[in-house]
Amino acid sequence: MPLTTEERLRLEEKAHELRCLSVDTVAWAGSGHIGGAMSAMDILTILYHKYMKIDPKTPDLPDRDRFVLSKGHVGVGYAPLLAELGYFDKELLKKYNHTGSPLGMHLDSLKVPGVEASTGSLGHGLAIGLGMALGARLKKEAWKTFVLLGDGECNEGEVWESAMAASHFKAVNLVTIVDRNMCMIDGPTEEVMGLEPFADKWKAFGFDVLEVNGHDFKELAFALDKALAAKDKPVAIIANTIKGCGIDFIAGDYKWHYGSFDEETKARAKASLVRYKEARLVAVGLASGVAAGPLPAQGKEPAQ
Amino acid sequence: MSKMTNTKPDSEKMSASEVYGKTLSELGEKHPEIVGLSADLAGSTKIGLFGSQFPDRFFNAGIAEQNMFGMAAGLASAGLVPFVSTFAVFASMRALEQLHSDICYPNLNVKIIATHAGLSFGQAGSTHHCTEDLAIMRSLANLAVMAPADGIETAHAVRAAYERKGPVYIRINRGFDHTVYDRPDYGFEFGKAQMMRDGSDLSIICCGSTVWRAVEAAKMLEESDGLKIRVLNMHTIKPIDKEAIKKAVKETGRIITAEDHNIFGGLGSAVAEVAAETGRPFAFKRLGVPDTYSIIGKHEDLMAHYGYDENGIMAAAKEMMGRKPYTY
Repeated sequence: MPLTTEERLRLEEKAHELRCLSVDTVAWAGSGHIGGAMSAMDILTILYHKYMKIDPKTPDLPDRDRFVLSKGHVGVGYAPLLAELGYFDKELLKKYNHTGSPLGMHLDSLKVPGVEASTGSLGHGLAIGLGMALGARLKKEAWKTFVLLGDGECNEGEVWESAMAASHFKAVNLVTIVDRNMCMIDGPTEEVMGLEPFADKWKAFGFDVLEVNGHDFKELAFALDKALAAKDKPVAIIANTIKGCGIDFIAGDYKWHYGSFDEETKARAKASLVRYKEARLVAVGLASGVAAGPLPAQGKEPAQ
Repeated sequence: MSKMTNTKPDSEKMSASEVYGKTLSELGEKHPEIVGLSADLAGSTKIGLFGSQFPDRFFNAGIAEQNMFGMAAGLASAGLVPFVSTFAVFASMRALEQLHSDICYPNLNVKIIATHAGLSFGQAGSTHHCTEDLAIMRSLANLAVMAPADGIETAHAVRAAYERKGPVYIRINRGFDHTVYDRPDYGFEFGKAQMMRDGSDLSIICCGSTVWRAVEAAKMLEESDGLKIRVLNMHTIKPIDKEAIKKAVKETGRIITAEDHNIFGGLGSAVAEVAAETGRPFAFKRLGVPDTYSIIGKHEDLMAHYGYDENGIMAAAKEMMGRKPYTY
């Protein structure tokens, strides 16, 4: 179902709120993977606030939809989302990374309600998600499995083993999303280890591929609707994103894969997020006025 | 190379993997939540027997072990009980990090039945030998580790793995094993060493392929030298039967371990850890592959070559008996 204007506004507000909470979490934690948290936040927001069937009060609800954060290092983005939904006390975010805290850099499925798999070692998530999806099919259950991969982790051979298997087993109840932020720890993806032609790789492995702007809820919704209606082939959504999206002094800079904020930079980051939110609302026609500047993420037109 | 071992014709032996395949199929009839996975080795590991009986519950992941272990984690997380089979060398090393992070860390209910363990695929060369798996698997928290002695015990181990909640690793051999037990109701218990013979002069602690050989060595030593040797089949390597080891130290003062594995990190090391903590002096010798990559050959010849067949075990026992029980 296409998003209503109200839904889009609600998602824009929620994503903004979560970006800010993520910045706070990095500050409480001392440091964190802020760049990838910002690039993934719109994807996380639309999944949890529009598409997934969940009950934060019953994290192990048998017919809940499953989500595997394969790019597990962005716990500083995922934990605020789960806390804000009510999976656990938001106050816990203030103890992020502290000795003895249930919240560490990579979220542990045994310690954090709502986390389906203990990820962080890259390349593992799609295989786990595929197993979940096949499990649902065997048990004749209707729930779906969503996996969010980073683009850098697609260097791992296991990702392609899983891609081959997902199409071989026709796992159409599995939705694969790649946060294509073009950056990895040591530099731009195409310099460190080239992924292009990225969409062609997924197509060659038997997927229907949708390339969208990962910071545009309308495009994300379009792609997710298509993926959820898959009949013969699994769908991979390549969400073109900006690492550090919304924070002007880190956006697009691979060096902000991991970083920390002091009081001054935290305030600058939040001020930037406010300007970004306002510019986005104008750009997508949800607010009047003049956009403060071009939006950084330009996805390709969704395939019809 | 030392003298060739006594061998029985295959008609008197059992294929542990064949027994595994049949046992899993029987379990599969009763328990619809059991699923099987293999990586293009369904035939060799005999999990294919389960696969042909329950094609909808069997996934051949192709030659892609890392994805297979991840899939097993996902299936377990969805409430199924995956049995995963490939060769031990791939189960313990090719997909080790997936086993560690995806299965053992979240304590998922996945059973790994690894075949072609130790030097049982001797003619295939070191790329297919696996004399490291016990050391590796023993160091993974949450994982239970078993090495049954023959086909009959393999059936017990597979059923015990199903009954136990959490990850379990079982190593079995390629091909045919000597039959150690003549009947199934010998009192198998997970985590409890099986006393094959009692004795007070010396204890041989063994697992898998070395159990039959240790029993043969003990019989021959009794006939030739009148020695009373205790033989403990330590089919469960982890959690290990500490009480049986402590009793062996206390009551026999001399311990020999024998395993189809590197002498570092496996059964011998596990026994030494428990025995050393008793604080008692005792004589100790580990038999196994001496921290090397094995020569190529038949399994029984290789065990003879590295001195952990019945002749090697006898020689080690005689040497130990020639010394004081312990020296300071």
